[in-house]
Amino acid sequence: MSTPEIRVNDSELVEPVVIQGERRPSEWIMMLREAWRMGRTKIGVGIFAAIVILAVVGPWVAPYSPTEFVAPPYSSPDIPTTWLGSDYIGHDVLTRVLYGGRTVIVLALAATVIGLALGVTLGLITGYARRWIDESIMRILDVVLAFPQIVLTLLFVSILGPRLWLIVVIVGVSHAPRIARVARAATLEVAQRDFVRAAEAFGIARWKILFNEILPSITSPLLVEFGLRLTYSIGLIAALSFLGFGMQPPAADWGLMINENRIGIVIQPWPVFVPVLLIGILTIGTNLIADGLGRALIGIERDTGVG
Amino acid sequence: MEEQVTAQETTATAERVLVLRVEGLRIVLDPSGVDIDDDVSMEIHRGEVLGLVGESASGKTTVGTSLLDYQRRGAKIAGGSVEIDGIDVLAMDAGALRTIRGGAISYVPQDSSASLNPALRIGTQLMEILEVHGFGASQADREARLTQMMAEVLLPSDKQFLRRYPHQLSGGQQQRVAIAMAFANRPKVIVLDEPTTALDVTTQAHVLDTVRDLTRSYGVAALYITHDLAVVANLADRIAVMYAGKVVEIGTRDELFDQGHHPYTRKLLASIPDITGERALRGIPGWAPRPGQRPPGCAFTPRCDWAVEKCSEAFPPVEAVSPGHQVRCWRYQEVGAQHTATDIQLRDKSLSVPQAEEKQVISVRNVVAYYQHKETLHDITASLSERRCLSLVGESGSGKTTLARCIAGLHPHRIVGDIEFMGKPLARDARGRSRATRQAIQYIFQSPYSSLNPRKTIAQILSQPLKVFFDLSRSEMEERMVKALEQVALDSSLLSRYPDQLSGGERQRLAIARSLAAEPTVLICDEVTSWLDVSVQAAIIELLAALQRDMGLSMLFVTHNLALVRSISQEVAVMNDGRIVEYGLVDAVLEDPQADYTKKLLSDTPTV
Repeated sequence: MSTPEIRVNDSELVEPVVIQGERRPSEWIMMLREAWRMGRTKIGVGIFAAIVILAVVGPWVAPYSPTEFVAPPYSSPDIPTTWLGSDYIGHDVLTRVLYGGRTVIVLALAATVIGLALGVTLGLITGYARRWIDESIMRILDVVLAFPQIVLTLLFVSILGPRLWLIVVIVGVSHAPRIARVARAATLEVAQRDFVRAAEAFGIARWKILFNEILPSITSPLLVEFGLRLTYSIGLIAALSFLGFGMQPPAADWGLMINENRIGIVIQPWPVFVPVLLIGILTIGTNLIADGLGRALIGIERDTGVG
Repeated sequence: MEEQVTAQETTATAERVLVLRVEGLRIVLDPSGVDIDDDVSMEIHRGEVLGLVGESASGKTTVGTSLLDYQRRGAKIAGGSVEIDGIDVLAMDAGALRTIRGGAISYVPQDSSASLNPALRIGTQLMEILEVHGFGASQADREARLTQMMAEVLLPSDKQFLRRYPHQLSGGQQQRVAIAMAFANRPKVIVLDEPTTALDVTTQAHVLDTVRDLTRSYGVAALYITHDLAVVANLADRIAVMYAGKVVEIGTRDELFDQGHHPYTRKLLASIPDITGERALRGIPGWAPRPGQRPPGCAFTPRCDWAVEKCSEAFPPVEAVSPGHQVRCWRYQEVGAQHTATDIQLRDKSLSVPQAEEKQVISVRNVVAYYQHKETLHDITASLSERRCLSLVGESGSGKTTLARCIAGLHPHRIVGDIEFMGKPLARDARGRSRATRQAIQYIFQSPYSSLNPRKTIAQILSQPLKVFFDLSRSEMEERMVKALEQVALDSSLLSRYPDQLSGGERQRLAIARSLAAEPTVLICDEVTSWLDVSVQAAIIELLAALQRDMGLSMLFVTHNLALVRSISQEVAVMNDGRIVEYGLVDAVLEDPQADYTKKLLSDTPTV
């Protein structure tokens, strides 16, 4: 027992389930297929697609300009002219709703991509290098993890000022430790397989081993993580806008709209209610996708024994 | 030998009570309806062991589990009957099946570490099976039986041992617990599915002894599933050979071993490594076709030397060679008439004598290696000469792989002592070595399922060493890849495929091709055949031996299988507990072993 004999997955002890000559699709494609079979994923994708289309197409179909004064402040809906009434200074609510989705979605996607890139890189490095590199990076990440994401973001934004790129970067960075943990766990498993040893024996550069050999094998859990983090990004970005650190007036933005109009909620609920509803639905959509992917991942792992 | 004779006599003289009868069993893949197994018939009597032998994908495990009316996902039983004492198991309802499974019929899986519940103490698990089936009248009865069970499988039955969890047992102990569970309720039929595959030879020998004793003394009808004829050679009374889902030959052990009438049986026999070293290993080219890819007629036709036109047209009927010996081959009479001795090719012994002037390629002096802070290799001294093959033999934990990895620069822990290549010291870590050194020493890994990146095409895999070690143009690269594939008898059309489109044997060939592409002078083979079927193993050994000879390679061959050593190497180092206990020329060591450990390994190695 003293030698580090490499025990391969137990599933490989039995006859492999694959059929020769037939290429088994990549694990993450299998996972996507499996996920797509689930009702929850279809609903999630439907919701997400609907809101994205709304946000993208919205500005073209909007009846007014978002900064145009169309009615007295807090006017109630008036069907042929202002479908959802007007907001606190008399802009058309429907127009602002149609304009205000882009920022949330784009910023959330950008933040998630940054978080994923950073987290995956850190996870690959720590999972492969082990020893002191692993220890030191992971302990630093633990410290970052100890702060709630919103507190961390607020801290930096209040020090450095409300800039959009800063919000994106900070939300991304605050995701990185969580993504890094997932990537590290997956890397640990793959890094002990012999094809990594083989690459080492050839003397292939470490970064090439990380990105060419290991990364393609850990895409599935990362895909799940992407869906999950996207949900959190949307919430965070919307929250920051609400708190006034995101888009600045008079820009149209869902989070900002909630803040601007909350005082008048009793007389004219629509400018608060509709953005809240849309943000809520959007996160439910991305969450359903992430959930479907997560369940598919567990299913695939059970079937093939591949992590 | 004596024991076998008496055992045979008892079966012959005692009344042959039929216990299990399988008739025309057919199992198909579920929605597609493709055959996994077809027309499988067999009988097993009281106290008899039937060996069910076949390569991967022959459908043998599927037959084994259907005796318990169990099918893995995606398969279903489409016809036939399984009768135990005249009662059809396949016709039972769920309640009756629950009673019979683990009661009248039980199952020992291949990997017991996966089949025991890791969260339950072994005492609890063993007691559970007795309670579920209502063994005995009282708790005291069951406790007595538990103690008896443990004694039967030669495990301690004290409270402390029973309080252990499965992970606190060794692999062999876990397998014994699984066997104890299978015999717990004194079953009538027991199915053993390669229970020794993951075990060392010594442990395997113990487990086989236990199985033999228990089936005989309890009069159980046992089905022993394996890909290795050598394992059942001393265990089974009768043997059924399966190929592509059909039983192609069934008969007594002696009939099959002495005068097999199916070409496949004969080939399987010729692929068993011969510890006496007289016989050369002969592999069976190709692989057993999987369900849905089986050719029409007799599925063995493409790999058969005897094949005639008729073979690919229709599957032959059951022919009786003698009572109880049946075969399905169009040319069984001609095959049977040929003496088995003609299958045998004598081993080329020219290399097995010391060469006059030997140049040392690798030399290891007083090496001590650690795993974390524990010393796992103690004072190892050995050397590998030019154009020679040195085998490192030992059980798991003997340090043979550690030593090989130290030489390859893949041991990530502390190493003390001198490791030299061509007289120059080697850096401990492969990255610390020069490009030329990394190129010269190539390592082939144990499992081709782990050593080839599943996300890369075969061309990408083969291009790895070419890119690192040579400066080649695109067309030169392509040329080298094709050449490397040719050297291992793989087709160049595979270049755009992925490893999971290959069989286990082909994968290992690909791994060898990857190493050869680097144009090495030293090849380190780490248990390269332990994941493969015996028939495929023989083919890989043939290939390696030929490559070593033709390309003038020096080779370090790590194995747990002493029987293989003679087929490939000229020198052998037997390792135990991190030490070399015996070291010398192969023929000398195997014919006149000095160390007790070598003697023990030799006696535990199953032979034909």
